[in-house]
Order: sequence, then C-alpha cells, then structure tokens
Amino acid sequence: MSFVSAAEADKKAYDVIVVGSGAAGGQTAYTLTMDGARVLMLEAGRRYEPAIETPMMQTNGDAPLRGAGTPEKPFGFWDATIDGGWGVPGEPYTSASDDPARKFMWWRARMLGGRTNHWGRISLRNGPYDFKPYTRDGLGFDWPIGYEDLAPYYDKVEMLIGVYGSNEGLENTPNSSPGVLLPPPKPRVSDLLIQQRSKKLNIPVIAGHRAVLTTRLDHQRLPKLLHPGNAKAQKILAEDMQKRAACFFATPCGRGCSIRANYQSTTVHLPPAFDTGNLDVVTDAMVRSITKRKDGGAEGVVYIDRKTGTEHRVKARVVVLAASALESVRILLNSGVANSSGKVGKYIMDTVGANFSGQVPLLENMPLHNEDGVDGLHLYTPWWLYKEQLAGKLGFARGYHFEFGGGRNMPGMGTASGLEWLNGGTYGRKFKEDARRYYGSFVGFAGRGEMIPNEDCYAEIDPKVKDKFGIPILRFHWKWSEHELGQAAHMQKTAAEIIDAMGGRYSVKPQSGDKAIKQGGVIIHEVGGAIMGSDPKKSVTNSYGQCWDMKNLFITDGATLCSNADKNPTLTIMALAWRSAEHMLGLMKRKEL
Amino acid sequence: MSLDRRTTIKWMFAAAATVPSLQAIAYTPEAHARDVAANQSGYGTDPNLTKEWRPGGPWPLTLGKDARLTTIALCDLIIPADDLSPAASSVGVVEFIDEWISAPYPQQRADRAVILPGLLWLEAESQKRFTKAFAALDQAQKEAIANDICSAGKAAPEFATAAKFFDKFRDLTAGGFYTTPVGMKDIGYRGNVPLEKFEGPPIEALRKAGLA
Repeated sequence: MSFVSAAEADKKAYDVIVVGSGAAGGQTAYTLTMDGARVLMLEAGRRYEPAIETPMMQTNGDAPLRGAGTPEKPFGFWDATIDGGWGVPGEPYTSASDDPARKFMWWRARMLGGRTNHWGRISLRNGPYDFKPYTRDGLGFDWPIGYEDLAPYYDKVEMLIGVYGSNEGLENTPNSSPGVLLPPPKPRVSDLLIQQRSKKLNIPVIAGHRAVLTTRLDHQRLPKLLHPGNAKAQKILAEDMQKRAACFFATPCGRGCSIRANYQSTTVHLPPAFDTGNLDVVTDAMVRSITKRKDGGAEGVVYIDRKTGTEHRVKARVVVLAASALESVRILLNSGVANSSGKVGKYIMDTVGANFSGQVPLLENMPLHNEDGVDGLHLYTPWWLYKEQLAGKLGFARGYHFEFGGGRNMPGMGTASGLEWLNGGTYGRKFKEDARRYYGSFVGFAGRGEMIPNEDCYAEIDPKVKDKFGIPILRFHWKWSEHELGQAAHMQKTAAEIIDAMGGRYSVKPQSGDKAIKQGGVIIHEVGGAIMGSDPKKSVTNSYGQCWDMKNLFITDGATLCSNADKNPTLTIMALAWRSAEHMLGLMKRKEL
Repeated sequence: MSLDRRTTIKWMFAAAATVPSLQAIAYTPEAHARDVAANQSGYGTDPNLTKEWRPGGPWPLTLGKDARLTTIALCDLIIPADDLSPAASSVGVVEFIDEWISAPYPQQRADRAVILPGLLWLEAESQKRFTKAFAALDQAQKEAIANDICSAGKAAPEFATAAKFFDKFRDLTAGGFYTTPVGMKDIGYRGNVPLEKFEGPPIEALRKAGLA
C-alpha cells in the first residue's frame, strides 16, 4: 500500500478516511495504521518528497531575488511551501469587512505534509491553566479535559518526533517526563546576553523547545515505550528512527530537511505508516463534502481530482477531518452536517503577534564564529507575570511568550540594509566597515500571545464566491478585543525594556497595541471553528474530536481547540490527534463504530 | 510596463530642462531600459528548488546599455574593492539589480519606479555638474554628487528624491553583494557548514559581550 490513484482507491475498502496529511492527518494516520487500521489519506496538494526536493546548503545568493519573499513564495524562495501562502491560485477567500484591522489572512499549502514542511518546529505544551481558562478568569471556555489527560500524549508525541528542551518546573510551563526531551542546543552570544539582562528585570529565559533532533533518537528504547505490546509497530518504528539523522547545524528548517533531522509529517509520520502496509494516499484530492448514510452517520467523502476535475466518492467506517482548522470548517459547512449547535465556524482564533527589534553595541565587531546552530529558538522567554495578572495589575487577560533571535545568520536581502539610523548614511570603504561592524548586532523579539475566543471572529460560507472547483468558499469576520491589544502593547514595552537593559537602541519606539498587533491569521496559528466541549448545545465535538451529531465523524486538527494558549498549537494538535485516534481504535474494536 | 515608461520619460524631460541641451544626455529610452511585459509571469508557486537559478532565468533582464554603465559605477562607488573583498560589480551585483528591477512582483515594480528615474537623475546631474557621463567621472566628482544624496535624513530638499533613490540602490547593492560567497566571507558569516556538534560561541566572543 502506498500512493494510489483515485481509481484504485475507489475499488478498495478502508476503515478510516483521513482528510489532510499535515500534523493532524499525519499523527492520526500514524496511530491508526500502526495499530492495524486500514487508512485512506486524501491530500489536496501534490505529492512531495523532501529527500530529493529540499534545497539543503543553497545560499540566498543561489536564489532568484536573493531569496526574498514574493507573493508566490511569501516566506522566501527556499521556503518549503508549495502552491501556498496567504493566497492560493484559484482558491480565494473573502472578508466581510474592508477595514484591514478586521480582515483575516489565511495561510494554506497544497502539498503532502501540508504546513509541517515549513513549520517553525516550536513545540510548547499547554499547561494546566490553559485547559481551564474560564475557571481562572471568566473568559472563553474550559476544555472538557485537563492537562493530566493530555500529558501522556505530549510525552508520546515528543518521543516520536524528537523535541529538544529542558525541564525547568516553571508555573504553567510543564516538564516532560524524564528521558523524553533531547538536549537543547548551546545558546548563542545574543541569547546569553538577553538571558543575563532579562534576569535583572526578573524575566525568565530558558531553553527553547523545538522538533529538531540535536542527537539521534534512541531506536532501542523509544519504540517499546510508544507501542507497548505491538511488536510489529516497534520493529517498523525502530527501523525508521535509524533512518533519521541528527541535525548537522546548517540550513534553515523552513526549507524542510532532506536528512529528516526535524519533524515534518512527510519525514516522520508517513514513512512508518506506509511501512505498516495499511496506508494509501491519494494526492491532488480536493475534498468537497461529507456524504451521509441513511442512519445519519458519515458514509464517506466526495472529492475532486485536482488534475482531471473529475469527482470521486469514497466510503469508510470512520471519516476524520484533519484538513487544517478552517478547511475542516469549510467542509463541515459545505456538507451541512454536525452543526445542530450552530457553532461550526464560530470562535476562530489566531495568536496575538507583535514584533520589536533593536541594535546592541555590545554585539558589534564580534570575533568571527558560526552561529547557525539549529536555526530557531535556542532560548526563549515563557510567560512569567501570572501573579501580577492575578492581582489585576496588567489590564489584560492571558499571557504571551517571547521568541527572540539575534546572531550571525546567513546573509540575505536585509543584511547591511537600512543602516542610516546608525551610521548617518555612508558609502564606499566606510560602508563596508559599517556592514562588518553591525552584522550580527541586531536582536528581534517576537511576542506570541493568547487570543481569547470571541463572538466577532468567525467564518461562514460566502453566498456568492466559489473556487475553481466550484466549491463554495469561506468568508471571514474578525475583531480583536482589548485583551489582545493590551498584550501587544505590553510586548512592545517589555521588549524595549530588555533592549534598554542590554544597552541597545531602536529606530522605532514601542507602539500602541492597535498599531503593533499583526493582522489576524498572520501568525498562522489559526484554530477553533468546531470547538470541543462537554455540552452538545454549545460545542461541535467531545474531547476526542468526535462530532456530537455524527458519531463516526472526527476532527483531529486545530478546529476543536476551544482556547488558543500562547504555546503555539501544533504540538497540542498532535497530542490530541494521537488520543483521538486511540479512541477511534477502541470504538472500532468494540464494534461501536 | 507602460507606467514605468511614462515615469521614465517624464523624469528624462525634467532632467533635460536643467542642462543646456537634450544632446548632452547620452541615454535614449532603449539604452535606459526595456519595459517589463505587463503579462510577465514570475517563477510560480512551485518552482524547482534544486536547479541552478541565475539572473535572466526566471524573467528577462531589462537594463539598457547606458543604464548598466551607470549601475556599475554606482554599485562600485557604494561597495568598492578593499583589502577584504572585490568591488560589487565584479561579483554579479549589477545582474542581480537588473533581475530585481525586472521582476514582475509588486515590491520589485515599486523599486523599479525608484531606481530607473534615479539613474536618469544621476546621469543628468553628472552632465549638469561635470558635462560627463557618471561612469566617466573621477572619484572626487562621483563623491561630490554622492555626498549630497547619501543620507535621506540630511539631504537638502532639492535632493530629497535622489536621496531616496540612493538609499534604495544602496540596500539593493548590499543585499546583492553580501549574499555572494565573497560577500558572506567579507561580512564574517562562517555558517552553512555541516557540523558534528554545535559548540556555541568561542570564549573570546563571550568575553567581548561581557559574558565571561
């Protein structure tokens, strides 16, 4: 079993159809196939092979426009994303408002593995507070599960994909179980300076957590822990883990990784799933809707072959939507199912984002050395002002973390540009000296905070516009609340204080929240739209992503998240997907599906 | 791109009005730049990431003969040869700038509308002050013009537009140069090398930042 054509898939019988091949689809298919379920995965984009398609070691000088981003490759030429970005040709979406502050930007990719191929690999666990936010401050919704329910699955995902980090025991910043995390990379000079000066401001700086192999995975120990009592799964995983190399500390992760040293669905989830013989994948399969059985259950899906335009129908015992939160919402709305609560499309969230940067004289004219490391997030700042917030001192709810970076990165179009605020505008030999002096002396802080779900942020079907396949598209409504704007302003002010404490300077002063906050969707952490809950009247699914109205329809992507902690959602999506897939397996074994 | 052409010709006449006769300007529109076709496509949303890409590959270059000479001269005024590295034009920066301003994307089209008129202004200013092409000026003459426009913040009002051009041209020159192998080496980038272990910063670097 492997890649099959639509015609071949039509003739076969499957236990589960999984729509989507990214973090959620990959994890769902992995867990199901390793335990014997026969899975058909439908991916809207093309087949993609990181081993032969990844630009390893190419420099920006090797790319058109020196690698700078364009509307066709928004994150730069070498970025792994295929046929994607905030616009996909022939597949529009609309906004209900023309006001830029109320528009939503939707990033998609049309490729096997979806957005995991270019993902930043930041892998933070939600903490205990993050599952009960309503109980803590009366805003948003509590999850129907607590941290203790998901902790074992966080451990499993971290062991499978490989996550580096450290256990610090900080408030609402959980430790992983012993032996789970890989060692973090050594900090860069700028990291250590930020850490030293943050300490004076009582701001913590600890090792980052990212899905990058700083050492090879322990193929003797981990498969037994991940698949107890399943000798076949253990053997397959042990063999596959040996094919993954450790990071060689060069080449940015956003390009993907041909040596499989970081996590992407295509290099970590799908290869062992294929090895079970239980996974078939049809690519270029654009799902339109879910079909219904006479008894009200899900029968299967209708999809359109992107290359031929022909329509296909496939059936299975269980249908899983893992198409990315908003694509799953679109399929649900276009199918007219699972929406007796009227909550499908509601409560969509992104992450609050605001950036601030400066220049630090202490980092000028550094002795030359290689700072590539593992690319991103050697250290970071977890949210730290829990007590001040509880005491009502902050003026906004929920928290944020800082992802920061400095260092002597691979030169690109930004290198030695815009120096006039530092050197008054030079040219000639003086300019070349300035370029050397200032290179590597800049630091940037990206605040990433929790958005609270609200009634003004939702998606619906646009009554007029359809995509090139004739499928109705989404129309977005968006509005930040005072909490998000307050966070964004606090991010700016705090980042400026840290740069001040480093003896640094900045060309732009801290801005107000409404000016600093990134547009909705720009951080690409969109979740919600089919939230989980414990009341079928107020939610779309239970904690397993199982739809209240359709027991054999599951959602395993970010659509079910009923809050969006500042922890970046991908690790949580994978942990939920693993838990959900185990539940499906149990129900299928007990013939309850 | 007809807008560019219109803008270009408007600038030419504005520049011409400041010099004795039109003949004093060496440029013809053809020697300045060819249009970017209105329907020119980019590299697409699924370009081959493993093949070799060179300026002129994804879309045609458009700089004319004379504008190229001005570009060479200005690039090398901004990044001349010194003890550590050669001048910008010797490592392909002119071809890169040509690729940039010939690209069909919004940012690059906006930059083209700054760079092409700017080159014309530079040529006219050179004729006005020294009755020579910019590329033919000696170092002191080139600097006399550059000193008036190298700082957007300090430039006199009559040089404000030219200073914006210089600023953009300098950024393109720097981006083009520091992404080449010699440029990366010059600026002190030592990465993009596969390593068995990542050892972190050397003790001298930590000392310099007051961390050891």
